[in-house]
Amino acid sequence: MSKPIVATASLAGCFGCHMSLLDIDERILKLIELVEFNKSPIDDIKTFTKQCDIGIIEGGCCNSENIEVLKLFRKNCKILISLGECAIMGGLPAMRNGIPVKECLDEAYLNGPTVGENKEHIMPNDDELPMILDKVYPLHEIVKIDYYLPGCAPRADLIWAAVAALVTGDTLNIPYELVKFD
Amino acid sequence: MSEIVKFTIDGKEYEGVKGQLLVEVAAEKGIYIPVLCHWKGVKPAGSCRICSVKVNGRFMAGCTTPLEADMKIENDTPEILDIRKAIVEMLFVEGNHFCPSCEKSGNCDLQALGYRYQMMVPRFPYEFERRDIDASSPKLIIEKNRCIFCKRCVRMIKDEQGKSYFAFKGRGKHLQISLDKKLAVTMSEENAHKAMDACPVGCILRKEVGFAVPIGKRKYDHVSIGTDIEKLNK
Amino acid sequence: MREKVISIVQSYGKNSGRLMDILLSVQSEFGCVSEEAVSLIASELGISEVDVNQTKTFYHFFTTNRVGKYAIYMNNSVVSEMMGMAEVVDELEKQTGVKFGQTTPDGLVSLHFTACIGMSDQEPAALINSVVFTQLNRDKVRKLISDMREGKPVESMFSEYGDGVNANPLVKSMVKNNIRKAGPVTLGEYAVGTSLGKALGMDPNAVIDEVKNSGLRGRGGAGFPTGLKWMFCSKEAGEKYVMCNADEGEPGTFKDRVLLTERANMLFEGMTIAGWAIGAKEGVLYLRFEYKYLKAYLESVLADMRTKNLLGNNILGKGFNYDIRIQFGAGAYVCGEESALIESSEGKRGEPRNRPPFPVQKGYNAKPTVINNVETFCSVVKIVEQGSAWYKAMGTEESAGTKLLSISGDCEKPGVYEIAWGMTLNEMLAMVGATDVQAVQVAGPSGSCIPPSQFGRKIAIEDLATGGSMIVIGKKRDLLKDVVMNFMRFFEDESCGSCVTCRSFNMILTKQIEKVVAGTAIRTDIDNMKAWSQIIRKTSRCGLGQTSSNPITTTIENFRELYEARTKDVAYQSDFDMNKAVADSCKVVGRVPNVHHE
Repeated sequence: MSKPIVATASLAGCFGCHMSLLDIDERILKLIELVEFNKSPIDDIKTFTKQCDIGIIEGGCCNSENIEVLKLFRKNCKILISLGECAIMGGLPAMRNGIPVKECLDEAYLNGPTVGENKEHIMPNDDELPMILDKVYPLHEIVKIDYYLPGCAPRADLIWAAVAALVTGDTLNIPYELVKFD
Repeated sequence: MSEIVKFTIDGKEYEGVKGQLLVEVAAEKGIYIPVLCHWKGVKPAGSCRICSVKVNGRFMAGCTTPLEADMKIENDTPEILDIRKAIVEMLFVEGNHFCPSCEKSGNCDLQALGYRYQMMVPRFPYEFERRDIDASSPKLIIEKNRCIFCKRCVRMIKDEQGKSYFAFKGRGKHLQISLDKKLAVTMSEENAHKAMDACPVGCILRKEVGFAVPIGKRKYDHVSIGTDIEKLNK
Repeated sequence: MREKVISIVQSYGKNSGRLMDILLSVQSEFGCVSEEAVSLIASELGISEVDVNQTKTFYHFFTTNRVGKYAIYMNNSVVSEMMGMAEVVDELEKQTGVKFGQTTPDGLVSLHFTACIGMSDQEPAALINSVVFTQLNRDKVRKLISDMREGKPVESMFSEYGDGVNANPLVKSMVKNNIRKAGPVTLGEYAVGTSLGKALGMDPNAVIDEVKNSGLRGRGGAGFPTGLKWMFCSKEAGEKYVMCNADEGEPGTFKDRVLLTERANMLFEGMTIAGWAIGAKEGVLYLRFEYKYLKAYLESVLADMRTKNLLGNNILGKGFNYDIRIQFGAGAYVCGEESALIESSEGKRGEPRNRPPFPVQKGYNAKPTVINNVETFCSVVKIVEQGSAWYKAMGTEESAGTKLLSISGDCEKPGVYEIAWGMTLNEMLAMVGATDVQAVQVAGPSGSCIPPSQFGRKIAIEDLATGGSMIVIGKKRDLLKDVVMNFMRFFEDESCGSCVTCRSFNMILTKQIEKVVAGTAIRTDIDNMKAWSQIIRKTSRCGLGQTSSNPITTTIENFRELYEARTKDVAYQSDFDMNKAVADSCKVVGRVPNVHHE
């Protein structure tokens, strides 16, 4: 039987969840025995080259590109996992939720303490740039998500246990210390 | 004279003092009924409903119901546990609880219940309602995004004349906690700390302190909330 | 302003227990309760400002900003919407140039929405400076606003008064009684004082027994046996109170308004009998602010009863001292819950109390208190006069006597009907001239939505219990949008918020029903709504919370096909809309959204 194929992405996240994935230390060798990686920052494959079994996504959706990438993952992966607080509930980027976008952009580009140099009051508006969404969306509000692994970042042991259980088909019993929201 | 009566929790027989609140009776027996609004010795509010138990087949709040003879109390059943988990999830979507950036993380009772019930994702959609932060008083920050309306501060923190520092404002979905601006100016250090300690979440914070205990050494990093009560039963 | 506020506080003995009255007086005097006023009240009462504010902000007739010289409170209850509120709202906004929630720049008119004002049989209705305007339409709105521009007093904006006491010089209201069917009890023959004289000649326990034997059960809707309640209270020691719940806030009910108008004597007599029976010296009529137009008249009735020695000291020479005062609410549905009503009467937020203790043990001012509905007290008067056997002979085995129904909605003859318990919905619909009926909303939003297949059911406590609200919903209505969504928004607004399940689940459920109506929900959402409704029911603290999901549960149960027709049978559906989501940011930076479609 061929190995299950895994793809990963970081949307509106900080890559901390990916770092945590690397934190499984020497088990990463075992992981490579268990699965094959496709589109992922870990192997730097930029586009899907085949249909995947598991998609692991870090970060929420704060702009139009996040939405497109997420939908692409849903299309190309049998199982999607929301990895970490941002993917599950928007996380720190979602602290802007409830505040009008204009207020956020004004603060970022016009009024904030670090924008002194922006004398021409320029707000980035190039067509090539993704468009900012009205709020940061948890992934499951955009596409169907199959599993959730909370944490900021999720503990390496949790990621390992979950991926291993998924691949081997074993039942997943999560010890108390692995489910954390920070 | 206190009267001793018989009762059962999840089928097991016990004896206890009539009139004592169910959450307190249960704790004495090593049985954990979760609470968020209850504080021993303070008039019960019955507002968080997390202590809901079934008494003789009817749902009651464990923090406001006094023990009566022959009560058949259900506490640890799939139905009740699911309701409690749902309430925790609901509090998480109702407010804006960004645990990673919260000073109370690791010591927060709401978060700890999320851990205890292994909340992976709330079943309800997030509200993301905008709420204010009131940092206008000299000693306290009131982070309203995190308030769960337990009323502990409302009930517990008073000045020497019995005046309230805290009170609700508005009703329903517009409900918010407010700190009296005038009284806050002269609030004692003791009251400020008492308010912060009473707050089950990270809504009331003493300015200029926080993040003092490192991750791994906080209250709920390694042991579940309720463990202190349950170990009496071991 | 300072002197005026201080004198108001002083006129209530600087008693924080009368905070409601203080705030009502300040609001009426200044058109608002400003922050400055709050500060003054707090310092005069010796309490903190947040404590004044917590009461003030609980009730929607208290405002921080000054309302217009003419403050228009438009009823947005379900029946008002059914009868054409949207047009009235549109015309009001057009004529004033401002939106609801705003005041005209010159301070002349402010527009507000308010929940059911007890005029469901003559909608759309609004309160303008506490004066009731019924059956509004575009023409009337144009005339009203032009009168306002001319600065006319509100009272002179109409000249035709309603029937009966509505035309009394102290009322002068356009409200109609619409009594369509008078029965033998509350709307029957009545001679002031006969019953009270009889009661005072009896031992208090004998009065309680008479009420017990009559089988009378609470007419507010909960149906608790009245005699039993009185007996519990009478057994408690010390000072006691009688309270009348005239907070009639359940959308679709208005029968207490008619009793307060036409049977005020009877009500006060009933409250006095209760006082005698349980050993109370004071009665409090908790009257909803919406019925303030009856204030002067009700005060005059009380004064008249004092003159006739039916109230006051040594009543009818039997050595019984008892009097009644009127306590106004200020706009909060939850105050119809008896313990919330007590809290409100004590000047606090109308948050329901935890039980035990029950009001009969520890009620108003922590003293044993009997609280009954207006209709209950009125019924007592006839029971004492005619005897319990006479009363019990009417109605059904478990529901003795008669019941006032407030019938509104899609029918020819909306109004008040006194019927014997046991009438079927079919009979009721024939009586009111309703055809093409899709559903009957029995007992208001917190009751049940009943489909035609169940119209053979009886109006009785053992079958379809009701406090009297009956809304007929015709086939032309969009049940989920016009009715269920309106009800859920009502609960979302009216939840006191102090208990988490009611506060939060009503927000969640409102969003869910909005999703269903918008067509973005899926089948599993229906079952989720059902399951989540059960959590509210099981764990909320008071009756409001426990029943607040009924609009959803009873329609899913009885009209599931309506939900299925609006939901897709798919495993997942997102209601995310890219164009909408990027609209704001694109507008801010000045670019055209370039959404890629798959």
